[in-house]
Amino acid sequence: MTLRTMLLGAVASLALASAAHAERGADGEVKVLYWQAVSTLNPYLSSGTKDVEASSLVLEGLAGFDEKGEVFPRLAVDIPTVANGGLSADLTQITWKLKPGLLWSDGTPVTSADAKFTWEYCTHPEGGCAQAARYVGIKSIDTPDAETIVITFDAPKPNPYQAFVGGTSPILQKAQFEKCIGAAASSCNDANFAPIGTGPFKVVELKVNDVVTFEANPNYRDPAKPAFAKLTLKGGGDAAAAASAVMETGEFDYAWNTQINPDLQAQMKAGGKGVLVNGFGTLVERIEMNMTDPSPALPEGERSTVKHPHPILSDIKVRQALSMAIDRQVLVDVGYGEAGRPTCNLVPAPAMFASDNTGCLKQDIEGAKALLAEAGWADSDGDSILDKDGKKLSLLYQTSVNPVRQDFQALIKGWWNSIGVEVELKSIDASVFFGGDAGSPDTFQKFYADVEMYANNFDGTDPEPYLAGYLCAKIPGPDNQWQGENINRFCDPAYDALVAELGKTSEMDKRAELAKKLNDMLTKDSFVVVPLVDRGRLSAHSNSLGGVVLNTWDTELWNAQDWFRVK
Amino acid sequence: MSDAATAIAAPQPRGRFADVWRQFKSHRGAVAGMVVLGALVLFVFAGPLIWRVDPTFVNPDAVEMMKSRNKPPSLAAPLGTDQLGRDMLARLMAGGQVSLAVGLVAMMISIFIGSTIGVMAGYFRRLDGPLMRMTDLFLSLPLLPLLLVMMMLFRDSLAGAFGPEAGAFILIVSAIGVTSWMQSARIVRGEVLALKEREFVLAARSIGTTPTAMILRHVLPNVVSPIMVAATLGIAAAIITESALSFLGLGFPPDFPTWGRLLYDGVQYMQLYPERVIWPGLAISLTVLSVNYIGDGLRDALDPRIRGR
Repeated sequence: MTLRTMLLGAVASLALASAAHAERGADGEVKVLYWQAVSTLNPYLSSGTKDVEASSLVLEGLAGFDEKGEVFPRLAVDIPTVANGGLSADLTQITWKLKPGLLWSDGTPVTSADAKFTWEYCTHPEGGCAQAARYVGIKSIDTPDAETIVITFDAPKPNPYQAFVGGTSPILQKAQFEKCIGAAASSCNDANFAPIGTGPFKVVELKVNDVVTFEANPNYRDPAKPAFAKLTLKGGGDAAAAASAVMETGEFDYAWNTQINPDLQAQMKAGGKGVLVNGFGTLVERIEMNMTDPSPALPEGERSTVKHPHPILSDIKVRQALSMAIDRQVLVDVGYGEAGRPTCNLVPAPAMFASDNTGCLKQDIEGAKALLAEAGWADSDGDSILDKDGKKLSLLYQTSVNPVRQDFQALIKGWWNSIGVEVELKSIDASVFFGGDAGSPDTFQKFYADVEMYANNFDGTDPEPYLAGYLCAKIPGPDNQWQGENINRFCDPAYDALVAELGKTSEMDKRAELAKKLNDMLTKDSFVVVPLVDRGRLSAHSNSLGGVVLNTWDTELWNAQDWFRVK
Repeated sequence: MSDAATAIAAPQPRGRFADVWRQFKSHRGAVAGMVVLGALVLFVFAGPLIWRVDPTFVNPDAVEMMKSRNKPPSLAAPLGTDQLGRDMLARLMAGGQVSLAVGLVAMMISIFIGSTIGVMAGYFRRLDGPLMRMTDLFLSLPLLPLLLVMMMLFRDSLAGAFGPEAGAFILIVSAIGVTSWMQSARIVRGEVLALKEREFVLAARSIGTTPTAMILRHVLPNVVSPIMVAATLGIAAAIITESALSFLGLGFPPDFPTWGRLLYDGVQYMQLYPERVIWPGLAISLTVLSVNYIGDGLRDALDPRIRGR
């Protein structure tokens, strides 16, 4: 709702702006604050978000993702699809066309050879490219003429928009980086600290781990943009200080990733100098139910394995009751404020993949009690904890150490206690919990607890690999060193069959329908995964900075060319 | 044995006690420390009998819960409520019980180990080398990683045997005790080495006193004062270590309040509600400070050379 109004506002002000200031560099300087400082401007040599986003002001790909997660052309004339013939029917070849007359900021023309060089640069075996995943599965890149790039894949690619799409795989200038290929990549500081690009800005100076100054690119393809002549990107501090610098003191125009608690958000807003903007991606905080028995009484190597089904949680009624007892809106208000919203979906976005599942949003304590009674749980000894066949309804609930998660634990424990479930809480240091060490009993993969809570998301806009994580074959266990994404040990042949079908489907509408069905099978049909909060990105900009649209699918500075000073 | 025990008690009747007390009383800081510590102990142990609010109670009714969050001090909640509407006064008292208990028990363990090893090393020349090398070894161990490993190895089994809270308590006090005895062992050894050369020890040995009797009757009473001082300092160190563990999210279950945990929870609200960190921080500082002053006073009072000056 707020997002929509903001987007509408941004669009409206954009329209006004382009009418009002149709002159490059007319609005002076804009100051951006990244509380993690930039250390390089070559995104192929850093996996840090801050480096990738800073470099996106200078370097661009053939296409990018917009705020809805849809692909839009940047350097390319249009997006190749099967319909317009740019994508071959068997999904093994994609043909991009460069816009005519494109220039690098040094005035030389952009050609298809630059794109081919970029691929060679990133896939060089000695290069150690941080974004190599974007180029996986490419057999060859051909350049029949200076404006055409033909990418051939090893096998059919249902999602071909990876190489040269988005801020993580921009095109480098061949002339500048020719000598920096392979082992020489990281020592080429002149090129890495000041790459020549096609974006709205060009680098003036990078002070490593401190500040980057940019000025408007004189050869940018839109002669009226960017509105700012100068952009300063300062690094350092923390999220709260960054939010304060924009919203309370007004020293900066834009602050990246200002994840602060709701009370601080309210305080910052009272400062009156700026606003928070949020955008929602695919990060979902959820409770995972263990379908196998984690009892310490079992021998090591059999705990939490498919050999022993869970004595309590194998019953869907219990899982449903636990989900019904949770008030997700309260969790959002306590933990995330504007940076979160309640959800019942494992795949909350992009919009086309999100199921219309909202059944869990209303808390229903009485309904939960009734369900448990129906499942045969009753309080026979008067200690207000339910029991059945002499076994108490008692659960161990673990998560990582994080103040918001500990608040969630306390709240959820309260609700579960009120439906007669005894809850023991456990919090584990995040580096251990997410560390994946097969020797540690406390990893989230080992899942030596009844329920656990964490957040996860998927990369890009296609949920297929994410949903495929819940296949029977991906259950972690001692035989695979506890590696596997199927944390719940969920196993349903019907689900496996649907995932296989999804892998063979290329038509977008059908894929979306299948993805929704898979999402529902994990959530509202089985309550194996209990989603709680859809966690968004939160940034802040000053009231005088216009044109900001927060994008969770690409870099946050994706439309810096459209920013302007509100007068 | 019974003979030895009475012998320790008999030659030091009321007179010496009164003497120590008189000296202790003259140390203003120590008396103030004792009053403050007494007040704190009373507050955390007797307080909950008067202020009967459950420190972990979160109102399951969402509307009520939202209304009771982040309240300033009032009659219903004299220290206000936290971000989940839990009563801060009740949490401070419950947290204090745990923190003080951890401090006392861990101190006892560490003093027991420390003085045993110190006396053994100082008295028996053959044990000196190996025991002191072992002390050096423990001193060189990095404390926090060691605690982390202990938590990981033993938490589940202890929690299974004694329940999660008692299991964590046993684990934390023994972990702190086992890793903090080294200083007292060194101090005691030094004292014992010096004592061994004194004439009264020589005299005792010449009449055939056995080593056990010698240690219990002649050595231990003379090293009581450094042990007492080490003990008081140990309490402070144990409370701080427990705070550090809670701060790292180790140790007790997350909804179980301790002073360290309250501090950790309060940090992110520090700017808006500074009292969240001030109260537990103040309690920890006051305890540590008062215990240190008591230790200081005790050292003066127990040392016959200073006493009476």
